[in-house]
Amino acid sequence: MHDLQAIATQVRRDVIRMVTAAQSGHPGGSLGCADFFTVLYFSVMKHDPEHFSMDGHGQDVFFLSNGHISPAWYSVLARSGYFPLPELGTFRKLNSRLQGHPATLEALPGVRMASGSLGQGLSVGIGAALAKKMNGDPHLVFVLTGDGEIQEGQVWEAAMFAAARKVDNLILTIDYNNKQIDGPVDEVVSLGDLRAKWEAFGWKVLETNGNDISSLLATLAKAKSVCGMNKPIAILMHTEMGYGVDYMMGTHKWHGMAPNPEQADRALVQLPVTLGDY
Amino acid sequence: MNLYHTDEKKETRAGFGEGLLELGRTNPEVVALCADLTESVRMDAFAVEFPSRFFQVGIAEANMIGIAAGLTIGGKIPFTGTFANFSTGRVYDQIRQSVAYSNKNVKICASHAGLTLGEDGATHQILEDIGLMRMMPKMTVIVPCDFNQTRAATIALGSHTGPAYLRFGRPKVPNFIPASLPFVIGQAQQLTDGDDVSIFATGHLVWHAILAREMLEEKGIQARVINIHTIKPLDTKAVIASLSATGCAVTAEEHLRNGGLGDAIAQEAARHFPVPLEMVAVDNQFGESGKPDELLEKYGLTAPYIAAAASRVYKRKRSTTG
Repeated sequence: MHDLQAIATQVRRDVIRMVTAAQSGHPGGSLGCADFFTVLYFSVMKHDPEHFSMDGHGQDVFFLSNGHISPAWYSVLARSGYFPLPELGTFRKLNSRLQGHPATLEALPGVRMASGSLGQGLSVGIGAALAKKMNGDPHLVFVLTGDGEIQEGQVWEAAMFAAARKVDNLILTIDYNNKQIDGPVDEVVSLGDLRAKWEAFGWKVLETNGNDISSLLATLAKAKSVCGMNKPIAILMHTEMGYGVDYMMGTHKWHGMAPNPEQADRALVQLPVTLGDY
Repeated sequence: MNLYHTDEKKETRAGFGEGLLELGRTNPEVVALCADLTESVRMDAFAVEFPSRFFQVGIAEANMIGIAAGLTIGGKIPFTGTFANFSTGRVYDQIRQSVAYSNKNVKICASHAGLTLGEDGATHQILEDIGLMRMMPKMTVIVPCDFNQTRAATIALGSHTGPAYLRFGRPKVPNFIPASLPFVIGQAQQLTDGDDVSIFATGHLVWHAILAREMLEEKGIQARVINIHTIKPLDTKAVIASLSATGCAVTAEEHLRNGGLGDAIAQEAARHFPVPLEMVAVDNQFGESGKPDELLEKYGLTAPYIAAAASRVYKRKRSTTG
């Protein structure tokens, strides 16, 4: 667990350095989900970074639906061995495989689907989960969405379908930081009782503290243990946008804005080097 | 003389249904998804014979496109089915991001395209779909002309890799393409000889182009009818060869002039072989309720309109060259 914490801290450093170098990108949600990505890729998922295949047969697969938090995902992909670490320095730059939002045309290992236009990842995950069942592949499909993202109607089409068809090899995590571009989700368009909504749609619902590694480990282990029980699984993951950098927390201001170099320095002193910078 | 005379009338959508069933029997990776129109789009036979490979998604087209994209990741070859309007306009962004930009092997199969959907009216009669799908990078666009060709095109898509849009229709129309004629994606079919004018037609209007050719022949004009069943990638070589042979052309489609076959041909003509061109298409308007034949007549898409356009363009050619 100590190691996971160290990795997550390094991932946060990577996020700050990537968006600062690009002078664009989405640090807030990336920092909030750094612990989740770390736990997923370094502890929970069964996957083989050295042998990435598009069809993902014989491995767990992951889809990032809220593609704008790509910096944290790219960092974890690189640090778990999908592609060379120095490539993180190309994020959002011309001729890079690390597009602003995840894409497949540049063939970045680890990415199976473009995302960025919101609300589509759960449907894709359901399709991949159905294919795994048809192929007799017992591995799981993981999807991450934002919370503001589930204002998109397609998410609820997918929610209804997954429960009706008992897609029970699928674990959806919702990054519940209650922030979106225009302000608090509760003020923009409230999600209401989110737990009750997913339960009413027929999902098994778990909750976790997404900025506490032991909470994430326990919840994801529990989620895996209730797969195969005729219900899709949703985890309401409570996070703090900007977690780990004091001035980026408690505000939605850093949803889609890069720090200037001086601000970046103030962030990086709070995030000591643990594994070495890219 | 009409080389393609036939008394048999069949739906293009039925050709799709037969082709899909055939694919189901020959390729275990082929799966089908439908948004509550299984019988209408003729997927019912597939659904009955392969229940574990058929996904009823309900009235949720966006979700259907996303699930189809996800199924490709497990190596499946998904064919989605609904009306053309709900296959394109309603889900443009889902197709754009999850299928085309992600380069997934999804076959989007669209029935009830164009005016000939009939009485349901303009809410369902999409006339922009060819344009929408043609514009999209990575997308192949196929518009077969009759039952036999729709069946053959469906089967051909089973071994094609990449995003594709297959457009067909609701009514019974003459089934005149020999079942034995091979279907090659991207290869135009010259159906008749003629050196006076080229007629490039697609979908239901190919038959009308053949009828127009007979009318023109009575006036001493020899039309070369070319079936453009693949609008993208366009068979540029065949188009330019025909334009050089005839020196003028008419395009004919059950679609808006903006964005359709006429636009595609005009682009190639303007860039490589500029000649007088006329376009038989719907002009910047929505359709309306009516019987298919009445609608084709009212919107100027039948054989006499194609023949008149051919006469006009032939005259233009002679006045510029003569």
